[in-house]
Amino acid sequence: MLAYAARRAGLGALQVLAVAVLAFALVELLPGDAAVALAGDQPDPAVIERIRKQMRLDEPALTRLGDWLGGLLTGDFGASLVSGRPVADILTAALEPTLILAGLTMILLLPLSIGLGVAAARHRGRWPDRLITTFSVGLYSVPEFALAVLLVSVFAIGLAWLPPTAVGVPSLLAEPAVLVLPLLVLLARPICSIARLVRAGMIETLDSEYIAHIRRAGVSERRVVFAHALPNAVSPATAQIARTADWLLGGVIVVESVFVIPGLGTALVDAVNARDLPVVQGIAVVFGATTVIVNLAADLVAFRLAPRLEVAR
Amino acid sequence: MNEPRTHSPRLSRRGVLGAAAIAASVSSAAVVAGCSGGGASGGAKSGGTLRAAFAGGGADEVLDPHRVNLFADAARAKAMYDKLADLGSDMAAVPRLAESWESDADLTVWTVKLREAAFHDGAPVRAADVLYSYQRIADPEETFRAKQDLAPIDLEASKAIDDRTIEFVLQHPLAEFPNSLAGFGTYIVPEGADDFASPIGSGPFTYVSFTPGSEFTAARFDDYWDGPAKLDRLQIVVADEESARINALLGGQVEYAHDLSATTARANEGNDAVAMVSSPGSNMLGFAMKTDRAPFDDTRARRAMFLLCDRPELVESVLSGRGQIGNDLFGLGFEHYASAIPQRERDVATAKTLLAEAGIQEITLDTADVGSGFLEAAQIFAEQVREAGIIVHINERNADTYWSEVLTEGQIASYRSGAMPIASHISQRLLTDSPTNLTQWHMADFDEAYLRLQSTADDAEREVLYQDIQQRLHDEGGYLIWGFADWIVGTLPGVHGVEQAPANTLEWARFDKVWMD
Repeated sequence: MLAYAARRAGLGALQVLAVAVLAFALVELLPGDAAVALAGDQPDPAVIERIRKQMRLDEPALTRLGDWLGGLLTGDFGASLVSGRPVADILTAALEPTLILAGLTMILLLPLSIGLGVAAARHRGRWPDRLITTFSVGLYSVPEFALAVLLVSVFAIGLAWLPPTAVGVPSLLAEPAVLVLPLLVLLARPICSIARLVRAGMIETLDSEYIAHIRRAGVSERRVVFAHALPNAVSPATAQIARTADWLLGGVIVVESVFVIPGLGTALVDAVNARDLPVVQGIAVVFGATTVIVNLAADLVAFRLAPRLEVAR
Repeated sequence: MNEPRTHSPRLSRRGVLGAAAIAASVSSAAVVAGCSGGGASGGAKSGGTLRAAFAGGGADEVLDPHRVNLFADAARAKAMYDKLADLGSDMAAVPRLAESWESDADLTVWTVKLREAAFHDGAPVRAADVLYSYQRIADPEETFRAKQDLAPIDLEASKAIDDRTIEFVLQHPLAEFPNSLAGFGTYIVPEGADDFASPIGSGPFTYVSFTPGSEFTAARFDDYWDGPAKLDRLQIVVADEESARINALLGGQVEYAHDLSATTARANEGNDAVAMVSSPGSNMLGFAMKTDRAPFDDTRARRAMFLLCDRPELVESVLSGRGQIGNDLFGLGFEHYASAIPQRERDVATAKTLLAEAGIQEITLDTADVGSGFLEAAQIFAEQVREAGIIVHINERNADTYWSEVLTEGQIASYRSGAMPIASHISQRLLTDSPTNLTQWHMADFDEAYLRLQSTADDAEREVLYQDIQQRLHDEGGYLIWGFADWIVGTLPGVHGVEQAPANTLEWARFDKVWMD
């Protein structure tokens, strides 16, 4: 398993690099550059030319890409074209809120969604199952922005129970109340999809031959469900859990902009609008790395939960 | 008038759903408190922190006052710094750090006297600081936006007469030179200042903290030359989405929300929990026609567009009625505006004749999602033009590069402009060598007329020239100006002293005059 992990990590590093180069190429293909974007509605050609020179945009794209890759090997992410701030600083600042939101969402998501899935499977066909199924299909069909707007107008503006945005809050953890609504929005759809996967996995497992055998051996129903059936039932859901973690670590732009949370999603949108290539590439590296790590972790977990699957592959 | 209230503002903002009983008891308590609390004085109160929400520039925001670009940058710079002059709501220059200015007879040498003012570290504001600031902005290697406003000054020849007197020598006569002293981003920094990590200015607030893309905090400067601010602290927070700004205001997270839409203003018309301050005439909206190429190099084609435009319909549907109709002239309500020229009315029949004479069957209209209502205005105007039997293609361009593209490309393009003096509008956009001459208006006799205007010292004579220039633009210019949008900011009811003012003028975002209950 260790050799497998090492091979995957090496491949992952290559994938991350490829993503960064691809991001560079895509932003280069967009019309306009950082100088044009910065000039905005004052497009004085002489000024644009001067900005271009200052930003070294007059050099060939391949030279700039090469310089950036060279810096990356020494751990230097470069500096923003617009403000001259180190990209590493910008990434660190944007990562913090994204990590807090993603971490808290995952901590709440796993017990809730697995619990609901197991409950529905154990009461298959009866009212708790029907309630959970109806509710999760309904909630799953509500897009994030609609849910966010609804929650803000009811709980923040109407009832005034919670702050509507995180505007001006120095750190999300300093004022936890601002996290409640964003967390609800982030949890809504993943809870539904994972609970349904766990329910299906659980039903299949509980019907299986080996569970019937364990039951015949006189093991208590609690032990049957949680010690024997659950690990098998959850393993099909790990891929979906990994996808969710990846989505969260990418900075969910809809949630960030409605609730004014300056995370990675906002940083990426700002950087692309400003054609600030070093920042875009830095974020691409972060996104690539999280995707590789999360998927690797998910595969390892799935392997631990149900070794048969890995062998079969 | 609003009596000072002593109860918690959170309770007063509640009465949106239900809670009528609570609301009633709270407001009666407020009346009692107001009576016993010496409500008769009614004067401005000191104290408190005002939180103001602006759209921002993300992690790339800086505090260098010469690098201002966005409204949030300008509001921060204004809190900490002063300019020699600023623009009044009619765009006439108002002295600020300058106490007075006067010119020689041919308008090329201007003597500016500074008032007695101090920087936050106690050092006086001197002529040397002014010259340093202007030299920094004008540095040919640099790209400061204010460079354009200061371009008329020959800084080599200009000098300090004494610590509080500066003699500016200009490259050419300029009757409206004080406008340059009020230019966007022409702030005065202490001599030698080049690092703005903890900025020192002469403005009404001193620097406390700054996190790019998130928040900026400043505290009252007690020795401010224009009288100390009423607020203890000012906090400028960043919320890019308009919906987030109004939500933060409704939820009591901020006391001031900048740049709200007409739709938001209409939706909150009857809501006592917020107050809307709309400033008329702030944002000009229109279409720019290229006068150097077909089809709009033909004056008849431009006149046909003027006549086909249904201005009231555009103001009603694009601006939700929150604006005024335009007369194809920039600067409605500003100093020197040619208000005597009759309002242009729609006339489809005449337009059809003109188009037939000019032989025009189709046009391509450039637009992009670069401002609220841009796409809608283009769609509606296209329909209005189609009524004359013309084929209109709408070409939607990339928003990030739109302005740079339409400067040189296309036939007719959606256009907008913030407030500025009429002279600046002409010098930046309508002279042969203007940097952003979007209508490609290259007229030697027009350039001469403008130069004559700027060389005329007599106010009455200059006014005549202003009217002549505007009459010409109205008759055959390239800017079709259909309306002026109100500039809308929202405040909580307990905030006072927020004046109606076009963006980037003296009274706009002037937090040193704001006070709270």
